Amino acid sequence: MKNKLLTLMLGAAASLVLAGAASAGTLDDVRQHGFVQCGVSQGLMGFSVPDAQNNWTGMDVDFCRAIAAAVLGDGTKVKFTPLTAKERFTALQSGEIDVLSRNTTWTMSRDTSLGLKFAGIMYYDGQGFIVNKTKHPNVASVKDLGGATVCTQSGTTTELNIADYFKSHKMDYKLLTFEKNDEAIAAYQDGRCDSYSTDQSGLYAQRLKMQSPDDNVVLPEIISKEPLGPVVRQGDDAWFNIVKWVYFALVNAEELGITSKNVDEMKATSTDPEVKRLLGATSDDGTAAGFGIGMGIDESWAFDALKQVGNYGEIFDRNVGKDSPLKIARGKNELWMNGGLQYAPPVR
Amino acid sequence: MSLELTAGLQKRSFWNNGRVRGYALQALVLLILGGLVYDLIINTANNMANRHIVSGFDFLWRKAGFEVSFSLIPYSGEDNYARALMVGFFNTLLVSAVGIVVATVLGLVIGLMRLSRNWLASHIALGYIELVRNVPLLLQLFIWYRLVLTPLPQAKDAIAIGSVTLSNKGLTMPAPVFGDGAWMVLVGFFVAVGASVLLSRWGRRQQEVTGRKLPTGMLSVLLSVAFPLLFLAAVGWPVSFDYPVKGNFGFSGGMTLVPEFMALLLALSIYTAAFIAEAVRAGIMAVSKGQGEAAAALGLKPGLAMRLVVLPQALRVIIPPLTSQYLNLTKNSSLAVAIGYPDLVSTGGTVLGQTGQAIEVVLIWMVVYLSLSLLTSGFMNWFNARHRLVGR
Repeated sequence: MKNKLLTLMLGAAASLVLAGAASAGTLDDVRQHGFVQCGVSQGLMGFSVPDAQNNWTGMDVDFCRAIAAAVLGDGTKVKFTPLTAKERFTALQSGEIDVLSRNTTWTMSRDTSLGLKFAGIMYYDGQGFIVNKTKHPNVASVKDLGGATVCTQSGTTTELNIADYFKSHKMDYKLLTFEKNDEAIAAYQDGRCDSYSTDQSGLYAQRLKMQSPDDNVVLPEIISKEPLGPVVRQGDDAWFNIVKWVYFALVNAEELGITSKNVDEMKATSTDPEVKRLLGATSDDGTAAGFGIGMGIDESWAFDALKQVGNYGEIFDRNVGKDSPLKIARGKNELWMNGGLQYAPPVR
Repeated sequence: MSLELTAGLQKRSFWNNGRVRGYALQALVLLILGGLVYDLIINTANNMANRHIVSGFDFLWRKAGFEVSFSLIPYSGEDNYARALMVGFFNTLLVSAVGIVVATVLGLVIGLMRLSRNWLASHIALGYIELVRNVPLLLQLFIWYRLVLTPLPQAKDAIAIGSVTLSNKGLTMPAPVFGDGAWMVLVGFFVAVGASVLLSRWGRRQQEVTGRKLPTGMLSVLLSVAFPLLFLAAVGWPVSFDYPVKGNFGFSGGMTLVPEFMALLLALSIYTAAFIAEAVRAGIMAVSKGQGEAAAALGLKPGLAMRLVVLPQALRVIIPPLTSQYLNLTKNSSLAVAIGYPDLVSTGGTVLGQTGQAIEVVLIWMVVYLSLSLLTSGFMNWFNARHRLVGR
């Protein structure tokens, strides 16, 4: 009896401690742990994918590294947590992760009713479809998919987009949803579904993993807006600002021509005040720029992130763009001055 | 003097009274437990409010917007989340109910084979039990899904027998469409059930009087088919069929049993049958050998001895473990989510993903599975009570 009581009391004490732990600021927690806890996908080429040694690569992964570099000065201090589409928001809400960087679409309901905040748009995407042209030689457009069975991952925006699109075009369809992307792809390859649908970047990534990539064609239509970006908890504005401005720093750096290779030189020699402000170089009279201090982190926050991870363009090219197997064109993810949508407010 | 002594004893014995102490400690534990639960609920509610997370069950009445690949009730993306969850619930019920029947029959056969004096039969059963019992169910589910999908042809090369076709889109067949007056089928069925009950009673009385056994079971089956058809014919056959039409991507119309259902049913019933077989074996071995010998001495054939003497006694031992296997099967059906069969967990997961109402959806899951399990075990307890050894 005594033992049981003791266990109960210990349990009660533990629950009180746990309840208190989550309330401290995320920045303090990150400093205390010594690493950033980053929620990523279970494996999506170009965005977040582990190799055999559990080294993660991808755009979403690089963004977490940039945060770690900015906050802790070391981009390797990241703990990656692979999450399914369904688990991701709960993991963030419960404090299991500090930032969700998992090709997550910014939608109004997610932004307003989940207690979460989107910190920016890392990748402007849209939903597309892929079909096997040897099995379905007559399909050249999504409009030819009337009556088709479509496979996709459950718990994503794709299901709703498909429903909207097929309904507005008065087409019949059947939807088969799987918990994991790999199962959906396997069912697609078995011919259980006639088409597989997800964000277009994901289609290109999955296509490379298929048995005969050349037989599978991505249909031309994009049926939705899918702005993908990092997410943090609502109510911790300090952390939200850091994540938001790390993203802006990456975009601004590309605009200013700062790369991981020339960042040392730029910091030492550049006379451009914008560059100096971004990289936290002290002005001639020795006063600090003060932007890092303002966020409660080191003055060299952007310098560290850029030095260790590179600017937005480098991250894009390396993971999904011209230097990667995916070879996705910059398109809407080009800088604003080159006709794209990537635009960051000034560091001032 | 003696009065004072007893009073003193009573006073001292208040705390030493085992009953009082027992109640006090139980009350204390209950209080702490209640406090913990209260703390948990209040804490969760506060934390959710602090983090601006919307809670409550209002989302159930909003438009779902997503389609489901297999549904027993009419459903489209225009319906609300509550209906989407109902679709999942009925799909869970279907696969559990059919799975329980198949697993019981298969388990009984394997269990009897295991006890057979035929070396081959008993060792096949042994191999089956050991193989199936010791491989994780999720793995078996994936294997069955691949085994079901891979050999099936594409929809355009579907195997067709009349209007019934089999392809990797599933087993498609014409769906009956019931017009006005079709409820007569039900009337016919109930009349048939009533007639069968009367028939079997009469048959038993005849057997007691004449010693001859009438084929009442066979007749009952015949009746339950014939009566509904007769009643339908009487009101002018208000049933038509919706034939599936072949399109570019398989079939539209008719009804389709999706491959996910077949794979899940196979995996669940084959897996559970192995456990049921062991329960059956244990039950039969618990019946004393003399019972079988006595039945044989009365001149009963081995099959009849098993059915009339041994199995009814074995049931008492079999039913309790059988109940927990039924519960396991129902709960294991939630693995459907892995292969895209839209059961309650799968559709609930989609709802969760769309709305982000994690706590509410998980609560619904818990309540539904709990009630299903309690209902099943309640029924099995009732069944068990009926088959208990009655002391005379």
